Amino acid sequence: MRFLDEYRDYDSVQRMAREIRRITTRPWTLMEVCGGQTYTIVKSGLQELLPSLITLVHGPGCPVCVTPVAMIDRAVATALLPHVILCSFGDMLRVPGSTQSLLDAKSLGADVRIVYSPLDALQLARSNPTREVVFFAVGFETTAPSNAMAVWQAAREQLANFSMLVSHVLVPPAMEAVISSPQCQVQAFLAAGHACMVTGYEEYFSISQRHKVPIVVTGFEPLDLLEGVLMLVAQLESGRSEVENQYIRAVQKEGNRHAQARVTEVFEVTHRAWRGIGEIPGSGLRLRDQYRGMDAESRFNLKLEDAEESAECIAGLVLQGRRRPYDCPAFGNRCTPDTPLGAPMVSSEGACAAYFHFGRRKDNVDSLVSLTAASH
Amino acid sequence: MSILSCPLPLPAIERILLAHGGGGRLTNQLIEDIFLPAFANPALQARHDGAQLAISGSRLAMTTDTYVVQPLVFPGGTIGDLAVNGTVNDLAMCGARPIALSAGFVLEEGLAIEMLRHVVTSMRDAALAAKVPIVTGDTKVVDKGKGDGIFINTTGVGVIVAPNSIGPESVRPGDAVLVSGDLGAHGIAILSVREGLEFEGPVNSDTACLWPAVEALLEAGIEIHCLRDLTRGGLSSALNEIASVVGLRITVEEALIPVSDIVRGACELLGLDPLYVANEGRFAVFVADGDADRALAVLRSQSVSRGAVQVGTVFEHRSGIVTLRSRIGGNRVLDMMSGEQLPRIC
Repeated sequence: MRFLDEYRDYDSVQRMAREIRRITTRPWTLMEVCGGQTYTIVKSGLQELLPSLITLVHGPGCPVCVTPVAMIDRAVATALLPHVILCSFGDMLRVPGSTQSLLDAKSLGADVRIVYSPLDALQLARSNPTREVVFFAVGFETTAPSNAMAVWQAAREQLANFSMLVSHVLVPPAMEAVISSPQCQVQAFLAAGHACMVTGYEEYFSISQRHKVPIVVTGFEPLDLLEGVLMLVAQLESGRSEVENQYIRAVQKEGNRHAQARVTEVFEVTHRAWRGIGEIPGSGLRLRDQYRGMDAESRFNLKLEDAEESAECIAGLVLQGRRRPYDCPAFGNRCTPDTPLGAPMVSSEGACAAYFHFGRRKDNVDSLVSLTAASH
Repeated sequence: MSILSCPLPLPAIERILLAHGGGGRLTNQLIEDIFLPAFANPALQARHDGAQLAISGSRLAMTTDTYVVQPLVFPGGTIGDLAVNGTVNDLAMCGARPIALSAGFVLEEGLAIEMLRHVVTSMRDAALAAKVPIVTGDTKVVDKGKGDGIFINTTGVGVIVAPNSIGPESVRPGDAVLVSGDLGAHGIAILSVREGLEFEGPVNSDTACLWPAVEALLEAGIEIHCLRDLTRGGLSSALNEIASVVGLRITVEEALIPVSDIVRGACELLGLDPLYVANEGRFAVFVADGDADRALAVLRSQSVSRGAVQVGTVFEHRSGIVTLRSRIGGNRVLDMMSGEQLPRIC
């Protein structure tokens, strides 16, 4: 299949891995920021191809994982209101709130629908004029343009029964938060290619300069990730800290100006709490005043107490790359994808779920490494 | 910045979720926690696709299945095709020639008779093709809104003709793992109608009767160790069930697993994994290593298994596990599906 097979080609991947092994002389810790990248790394067994000197840690770029409990509770409360159809991307449905998930609400009779695009939610609003259609707008810069488009379109059509529960987050402030933490082990970033497709990567120059950290905008296929790693290691080995773009087939420095304009028209930057991490200043988006009428939180007067967070789950440390999922005592026993204690065990992009599904448990990792070594 | 953590959800009243019917981990939990303890008996305990019963010298297989698919008619078949083929296939997976089926219908008030006629006609055609009569039946009608058009239950009885015992417990280290054709077409065909998705070409369900392929293997004298149709939960769930019963490592090569370009493309787009997508006309065969090539030749001579290939091998291991060697040469565990496959955000 074109545009896929060439980036998963065995020979090219092995060549790239050999080159990484050749130039690596010291231990380096790299963070892949996006959960989609984590998914590819774990699913393709890519980590075993890297020299043992290179450690990949998994970053906070999983929108499902970082959506705070309070937002899930609000979504559940909204879904349980009579006359409401709550639309969401699929993998938000299983995320536990403080008492239940959207799937639990669905089993209690709430009308919860999986959509692939916010525009599908708009269509539902048009065809169900007597119902309130609420779209749970979650995600990074990647999904912001289409969500902005839905709001803009709803306003243009004066669709009175459409609203949005907004929990949008932004990547660069989260990277800045990770690198500023005194316990931070991360020495370089594989930045999230798809977010940069929208925003470009001009914002990264200042982060890279101020923190002396190499950043490579990277794609999502195995060959992309290995090339990104190679570019980072080359910088680290030669003492450089620059912003480079591996994902040139999709990302331009200035990004997509049209998409940015639509996002800026509809949303404004706000402080946002990240699940397991806490509030990060200027790290989220909310509806601007002129679109505030479409804000589901105020439309349905959702004033819920913020839920208590407990100490069992170490999601916050996992999301900052300071612990591996299998370092958590609950991993794989009390916390599984069927009974998740924390959000990273829910989404396929969550580091814990990826580790669980693809068998990266502490006792398995060694045998997988030896399987790979044996097949070389 | 303070380091907070995720909360423990309060224990909620356990309820049935859709995923309890998904064929993955939660389905297994229901079976183990509720059904097995309540109905415990040796035939059930074997946990094969059908029960094997020894009755006055002959060996019978019995199986039952209920069909609730929406839409009732989809590219490549109807709920009626599934109801016949699915049950016949469960018998075939026991090495049993189907001899009779029953059919129970739950119809929703308001259903167009024409739709019922269409579904029943397709059942008749599927039964004729499988050479199995539908010998008894039942009909119930429920209030509008209490059903979803048509639900069908079929029960099948067959005579086991396989000389040796076929099932997970017969799998041995060194066995070759074969699949009968490309995976995922049924699930994607259903999804494309349900979600109104269109692809470059048509994706038709693979629903088909698998008995001719199994019969051909048996007639050729192939030493079959295990057969499993790859329905709910797809290839991964089937392999995991077998590995966990027999306590061995099954290793598959991603690059050898046949998936059509359209199904692969659809799965990429929708964030699904074709190894977890349901099939209705595909099965896995475990044969002794020395029989693998001959088994492939026999399978490829039958129209329903023309695309048969070897995808993996069985090894010794301290516990049951399925591993996959990825296209790029890394290894990982291929896990049983947890919950429903949910499309990803981005």
